[in-house]
Amino acid sequence: MNISFSSEQEILRKSVAEFLSKECPGEKVRDIEDSVEGYSAKQWKKIAKLGWMEVILPEVYGGFDDPFMNIIIIMEEIGKAAFPSPFFSTVILGGYTILEGGSENQKKDLLKKMAEGKLLLSLAQHEDDPGYLEAAINMQATLSGDEYVLNGTKMFVMDANIADKLIVAAKTDEGTTLLLVDAKAPGITCTIIPSIGMDNCCEVIFADVKVPVKDTIGEPGKGWEILEKVMLKASIAKSAEMVGGCKASIDLTAFYAKNRVQYGQPIGGYQAIQHYMADMLMYYDISSNYLYKVAWMIDEGMDCSTEASALKAQVNEYYKFISERGVQIHGGVGTSREFDIGLYYRRAKAFEYTCGDSDHHIELVAKAIGL
Amino acid sequence: MDFKLTEEQEALKKEFEDFFQEVMKDAPPEYGTGGLEGTYKTDEGFQFHMAVAKKLGEKGWLSRAWPKEFGGQGAPLIEQLIFNEAKDKYNAPGVDMFGIGMFAPTLILAANDEQRERLLPPIAKGEVSYCQGWSEPDAGSDLASLTTTAIRNGDHYIVNGQKIWTSGGHKADCMFLLARTNTEEKRGKGLSVFHLKMDLPGIEVRPILYMNGTHIYNEVFFKDVKIPAKDMIGGENEGWQLTRQTMNFERSSIGLFIEGKNRVRDMVNYVKTHKKNGKFLSEDPIVRQKLARLYMELDMGHTLAYKIAFLQEQGGLIFAASAASEAKLFGSELIQRIANYSTEIMGLYGQLTESEWAPLNGVMNEMYTMCMGLNIAGGSTEIQKNIIAWVGLGLPRIR
Repeated sequence: MNISFSSEQEILRKSVAEFLSKECPGEKVRDIEDSVEGYSAKQWKKIAKLGWMEVILPEVYGGFDDPFMNIIIIMEEIGKAAFPSPFFSTVILGGYTILEGGSENQKKDLLKKMAEGKLLLSLAQHEDDPGYLEAAINMQATLSGDEYVLNGTKMFVMDANIADKLIVAAKTDEGTTLLLVDAKAPGITCTIIPSIGMDNCCEVIFADVKVPVKDTIGEPGKGWEILEKVMLKASIAKSAEMVGGCKASIDLTAFYAKNRVQYGQPIGGYQAIQHYMADMLMYYDISSNYLYKVAWMIDEGMDCSTEASALKAQVNEYYKFISERGVQIHGGVGTSREFDIGLYYRRAKAFEYTCGDSDHHIELVAKAIGL
Repeated sequence: MDFKLTEEQEALKKEFEDFFQEVMKDAPPEYGTGGLEGTYKTDEGFQFHMAVAKKLGEKGWLSRAWPKEFGGQGAPLIEQLIFNEAKDKYNAPGVDMFGIGMFAPTLILAANDEQRERLLPPIAKGEVSYCQGWSEPDAGSDLASLTTTAIRNGDHYIVNGQKIWTSGGHKADCMFLLARTNTEEKRGKGLSVFHLKMDLPGIEVRPILYMNGTHIYNEVFFKDVKIPAKDMIGGENEGWQLTRQTMNFERSSIGLFIEGKNRVRDMVNYVKTHKKNGKFLSEDPIVRQKLARLYMELDMGHTLAYKIAFLQEQGGLIFAASAASEAKLFGSELIQRIANYSTEIMGLYGQLTESEWAPLNGVMNEMYTMCMGLNIAGGSTEIQKNIIAWVGLGLPRIR
């Protein structure tokens, strides 16, 4: 047992953190949130150059066979900085889907472009039914010659507005099938839906969109199997981003509480504040340690689906708790757009829904413990 | 990053578990599901505790963590965690939390050779049980304000005063006492640690019954009790420092998480076999949510317990102080939730205490009352939060 990071991992963490604190401080985050694109293409090129996208790739596809833990480190730092980017959509959801289900040609072509920062991906899974099970996928892909024809509406498609390719989960005769669709294909209408995350949450309408059969990811009917594997890793990665947000909320709030003076004392000296903050730190420490355990289980090839669900369900609650207390302790200024703590409060709610909300994961755990 | 136990540690875990599984076959019904109440509330329970202690002593397992020169095996703290986990998996007694957990480390740190040779072997053999003489009616969380005096008089100290909340004081052979040896000094200055036998003249033990009628706690009165000077441990007036230093026993609170997991497992079986309004409780989404949430929190706490042992092994208790407080806080509040949810799920049956009518023989109901003691003993929830805020976050201390 050695519950600590290697020196290489510490260096990775430091480099990601330094880049983000320099390139993307709070004002920049808000600027990006307010922009039409919702991300900075300039920053995206830089992080591609730094090799962040390659961290998920095996050596044969241009990566370094990094452990999953390294992605966790990057995601934690992204969460700390509240960094608005299509990293999760492209690298985690898109990249892992291609790795899990893609053909050799798709992997070679798409992963290379992704690593170079030249391909943005977006996963179109959800529809009007906001469930997380396969039953919530109903959009039809009708076979016509050597093409599928897509009709229907996908909801909550993150970063569809900037994506080059959409990965669409649709129903074919064989069952759920994943299709790689050109985001600018005729018949696609993409609209950004205002959301609490101020992120690129999109509605995508498909009207007779034609997709060559060769652009299927994995075998027809195997789409859900692939997505389940992707969602396992993605939910852990999203949890890491949220755990990073918890840490940033605590650091910001502790700093504020040590410096804000009322009644002649820093408010951090008052027990009402101290006891809030003790709970915040407790939940963070419990979450981060569990995150590392679950990520370690992935690296060890152990089955950790129950643990991953427990992690996401609990981190959903803890991130909301920690960021909410953070705003409360900041007082009036905490509610303003100008102060960073509000970024985390909003993200805690936005990320709650990503890769499974609490009810979804709790039910998975209930089944796993024999209920 | 590696959460794996080594092969040796896995083997050790199995050896401990096999032992406790076997030993628990002899547990008398009065022992119930263990804990302080199993050990102290009945004579049968206490005798069983001491019998297990003796077996553990014969195996040398009570003193495994002690340095070799004091008769131990110098076992690393992580092995202590594995031992405690195995013990708690079977709700087994035999480890005196006061003698083994607190006083032996004090002796190892500060006693002289004569005291170590005299006092450590009976603890290691499981022949003696201790209680803790710390809290007083007016010195609870603020322990340093205690007023029981021990005044030097020739070869003796004369003790006068009162201790309270003395768990197992009515069963223990000995006590380790924190008393004021210098009445001119205030608070932490002027306190000293003593070993004493509970049958000394002038000691009176009176029961304090818990709200459910269980006898675990006591008041202990001292009236001109003569303690030989040779039974002072460490230097005179150095007791406060010593008390603070010797808190580096295994502090992961792993027992709370293991006990919790045992109880949640019992409840999962219960809801699968019991109906409410004609439907199995396990079909009720609210019941499913409550139990699944508890399980998840327990697994997270269990994982934190390992981290604490790891931190303590790396850099001592100071290194792990905030995390140890977090685990105690999280674990004790979790036990409270388990007790409350479980007695809610049971419906009307949740109110029943130990009897043939009570589900799970009333253990969840007993937990509902006993858990309040957990939130208060060993540093109350509020004190744990203070420690986390000061040590973990560096927030200012205002007096």
